[in-house]
Amino acid sequence: MIFLKLFIVFSKIGIFNFGGGYAMLSLIHNEVVEKNGWLTASEFTDIVAISQTTPGPIGINCATYTGYTAVLNDGYPEWMAVLGAILASMSVLWLPFLLMLTISKIMLKYSKSRTMESIFSFLRPAIIGLIAAAAILLMSAENFGSPSDSTFQFIVSIILFLFAFFGTRIYKVHPILMILLCGLAGLLIY
Amino acid sequence: MLLKMFFTFAKIGAFTLGGGYAMIPIMEKEIVDKNQWLSREEFLDILAVAQSTPGLFAINMASHIGIKTAGIVGGIVGSMGVALPSIIVILLIAMFFRTFKDNPYVEKVFMGIRPAVVALILAPCFSMARSAKLSLSNLWIPIVACLLITVWGVSPIWIILATGIAGFVWGKVRKS
Repeated sequence: MIFLKLFIVFSKIGIFNFGGGYAMLSLIHNEVVEKNGWLTASEFTDIVAISQTTPGPIGINCATYTGYTAVLNDGYPEWMAVLGAILASMSVLWLPFLLMLTISKIMLKYSKSRTMESIFSFLRPAIIGLIAAAAILLMSAENFGSPSDSTFQFIVSIILFLFAFFGTRIYKVHPILMILLCGLAGLLIY
Repeated sequence: MLLKMFFTFAKIGAFTLGGGYAMIPIMEKEIVDKNQWLSREEFLDILAVAQSTPGLFAINMASHIGIKTAGIVGGIVGSMGVALPSIIVILLIAMFFRTFKDNPYVEKVFMGIRPAVVALILAPCFSMARSAKLSLSNLWIPIVACLLITVWGVSPIWIILATGIAGFVWGKVRKS
């Protein structure tokens, strides 16, 4: 039952998300691409690109798109896919919302406590590992081309990768501008 | 009040590209300065809580501010306000993208974009290293976490649980 599955998977993604949108990507990739095969790796990368250039949190954007696509690929009509998109997006939200409702007073007291600090002194470095893992998993032939079969695309991809990495890190080019530039480059080169 | 809250959060949701932390200055302006739903101090407290509870940061902020100013209904209205613009936009894109995806020009554009996106995901690892106080003594944490996920296919959920518990235990051990 695709709807129940979407609900469970995106509830999980919502409640285990610490440390912002990017930290979520390895979790979403693990559930949506690897375990359930709702999206291919390149579709997933495309959505991250779309999320970057459209308003709203990445988590919601991924949930909406995945919900829609998964239901449609399962053979349901379009209006059911829209429902799937809404269901997946709401699934991301409800558990953290309940948590906020019930423990926000306690958290207000403890968010600066020594225990929380100690937990986050471990969690924060781990989240960096999570984000790096998402990036590494996406360095695949689907996204970069393969060095043997499509050498030209592979070389261009490496150049664009380095251009985007150093452009945003050192020259502080805005991510959206960077995506547009690389899209234009792709259109002109290929 | 609720209607105003909905539209304020919808505005915040609709005009912040890239999500999450980009919303903080706009939220502060709208909630503290313009509408005075919260004092600056309350806002900063909520910011700390939203960062240390699970869930989407922007939604946590919206629900918490909503709950604080107008109860449960306020919380629902606030989070729906933030979420709705992006749900609508992505739904429209999903509908059109399926038909345009196989267009050769669209494919070319995305062939250029994909490696750039991977770079954009990788980049914050380095800027976050400072705020996570990454040093030689705890560098093993991100490396082990990354290896577990990429090489052995461990779910990130286990890594979050394990490091959370490890941090908690470490705190208790250090205290005693």
